[in-house]
Amino acid sequence: MAGTLVVAEIADGKVKKTTQSAITFARQVGGPFAVVVVGSGAAGAAKELAGFGAQKVIAVDSPALVCEKLAPTVAKVAKDGGFDTVVVTASSYGKDLAPRVAVKLGAGYAPDINLVKVDGGKKLYRRPMYAGNAFGWLEVTTPVQVVSVRQTEFPAAEASGGASPVENASPAPDEPAAARAEHLKLVTGSSERPDLGEARVVVSGGRSLKEQFKQVLEPLADALGAAIGASRAACDAGYAAPELQVGQTGRTVAPQLYIAVGISGAIQHIAGMKGSKVIVAINKDPDAPIFQIADYGLVQDLFVAVPELVTELKSRS
Amino acid sequence: MKILVAVKRVADPENMNKIKLSPQGKIDTTGLEPKASPYDEYALETALRLTENGTNTKARLGEVVVVTFGPKETEPMLRAMLGTGADRAIRVDSTDEALDGDVVARGLKALVDSEKPDVVLLGYQQAESESNAVGQMLAEYLGWPQATFAGSIQSQDDKAFVVGREIEGATAELKVTLPAVVTVLDKIVKPKSVQSKHTPATHTYSDGVRFAALMAIMAAKKKPLAEMKLSDLVPDATLKVRYASAELPPKRAAGSKVKDVKELVTKLKTEAKVV
Ligand SMILES: Cc1cc2nc3c(=O)[nH]c(=O)nc-3n(C[C@H](O)[C@H](O)[C@H](O)COP(=O)(O)OP(=O)(O)OC[C@H]3O[C@@H](n4cnc5c(N)ncnc54)[C@H](O)[C@@H]3O)c2cc1C
Ligand SMILES: Nc1ncnc2c1ncn2[C@@H]1O[C@H](COP(=O)(O)O)[C@@H](O)[C@H]1O
Repeated sequence: MAGTLVVAEIADGKVKKTTQSAITFARQVGGPFAVVVVGSGAAGAAKELAGFGAQKVIAVDSPALVCEKLAPTVAKVAKDGGFDTVVVTASSYGKDLAPRVAVKLGAGYAPDINLVKVDGGKKLYRRPMYAGNAFGWLEVTTPVQVVSVRQTEFPAAEASGGASPVENASPAPDEPAAARAEHLKLVTGSSERPDLGEARVVVSGGRSLKEQFKQVLEPLADALGAAIGASRAACDAGYAAPELQVGQTGRTVAPQLYIAVGISGAIQHIAGMKGSKVIVAINKDPDAPIFQIADYGLVQDLFVAVPELVTELKSRS
Repeated sequence: MKILVAVKRVADPENMNKIKLSPQGKIDTTGLEPKASPYDEYALETALRLTENGTNTKARLGEVVVVTFGPKETEPMLRAMLGTGADRAIRVDSTDEALDGDVVARGLKALVDSEKPDVVLLGYQQAESESNAVGQMLAEYLGWPQATFAGSIQSQDDKAFVVGREIEGATAELKVTLPAVVTVLDKIVKPKSVQSKHTPATHTYSDGVRFAALMAIMAAKKKPLAEMKLSDLVPDATLKVRYASAELPPKRAAGSKVKDVKELVTKLKTEAKVV
């Protein structure tokens, strides 16, 4: 079948929400699509994906955790099914895997796209470049194409009902590289808060918060049900946990509301949050670059403004 | 241990918000100073840390070769890298228009076949295209394992690396048996991020990349800088992707300043309707 193959992302036998962004892409380009799920517990995870309108969901039960094992299997499923487009969400999982699959398929790769345009059967991919300061329109010249899509720009697909048939397939035989990559362990931060990538509101703090980072920001985050983010300078100084970093080398976020507290607005920070719907900046320097992109700017000492903001939000909720 | 480091020259990343569109609809970076892509500089620093005893950084205990695919104008960047400690440089003559990630990866594969390094280090993405693809493609072409998004590396006697991969809200520890491809984040140049075979565990590096001493820059003039033809490495350099056009994203207009917290909350409630 020609059409799109969506590569699902699973962890601990459960489908990750990122998968639904890749499904959105498949729906946007139109035509038939299938979903492939590779991992342990794939058959169970596949059932979770049966309600999205795919022609079929292909489950490959395999202990694969590393892309050296995943790539040969995804490429095999793509080849066997004759798919012309393979899509995965541009999470670290997708970014790790997609280029290897592209090489296996002799395919051109359109990485981290934020828009697709179908023009007379030809697809054009738009992608942010230069720290988000330019968009390039990319054309893939090979018959088979591999694509990764930005989660922030391809909103999670909703289930559409129906029940796609689930088909089992076997993994591709291991290649030599598989024996030389071993996943040891995953060390996660222990946050009770909403995940940065999915939160509706993000409250981020900069270096200026010093040791009072938590003390100042947590009440504000609590009042708004927000996730907490940070600038790299705040993470580097140890005021905030490293996994909270927002920006080019941290998380890319696009919440409904982003509040930057004592953050100067360096180009690498802005690259990670400028897709937010509404941006608020609190900074005592009226010339801080963050004000150039903020919808609402408050020039004030944050140690005064933030507690006041918490009180005000509470009294008017 | 022998390490190959891939480096790309880019327009000044700190000033990328000043880029323009040419009348032909192409990205125009005139006025922006060319520099090495920052993550590639971190890759070089990583290579240097892996091939030395940090307490005596003058003696190189291994070989570091830097390679770029680019025009003659990239040579000052390579010379500067020889000055900071790389042993040799290779420039594969080409222009950005003749390259895509796949061609660079195949070119690097050909170089690896002849140079036989134990490790190839790259930036996790280059600052212009931000493709985040060349390292993974290279690993696939070589049939090697890869460790992407590396924030830390611990060498196990130069036979394997335990790599701390910084991924969404977590660190994933991956062990790769060499030879392998590793792509690095900025966190790799923190004082304790690289634990080499030679450096005592107690040693602390200064944060960031090292700078070349004037003497070293002079001495680097004598270090070899080879030039190669792209067609010798990649006989069929047909591009698999090409940029048809570019556009500037809609500028986020600066909004308004509010006079106090009360006004801010009012605006968020009644105008933006987000709280
Ligand atoms: C390759 C590379 C990658 C990078 N990646 C990232 C990234 O992913 N994310 C990221 O964030 N950065 C990144 N950076 C770093 C970035 O360039 C900046 O250094 C960093 O974002 C600055 O953090 P900051 O705004 O907290 O600190 P500063 O720049 O020090 O700014 C502090 C701000 O707080 C304000 N302030 C101080 N005191 C108060 C007060 N009492 N009340 C109110 N305001 C106050 C000041 O006016 C100032 O604007 C990267 C840099 C490089 C080179
Ligand atoms: N023209 C080039 N010359 C040398 N290395 C390159 C070139 N392009 C990309 N690379 C390497 O590949 C990495 C990832 O680039 P990219 O996949 O384009 O984001 C870069 O950080 C470099 O290490």
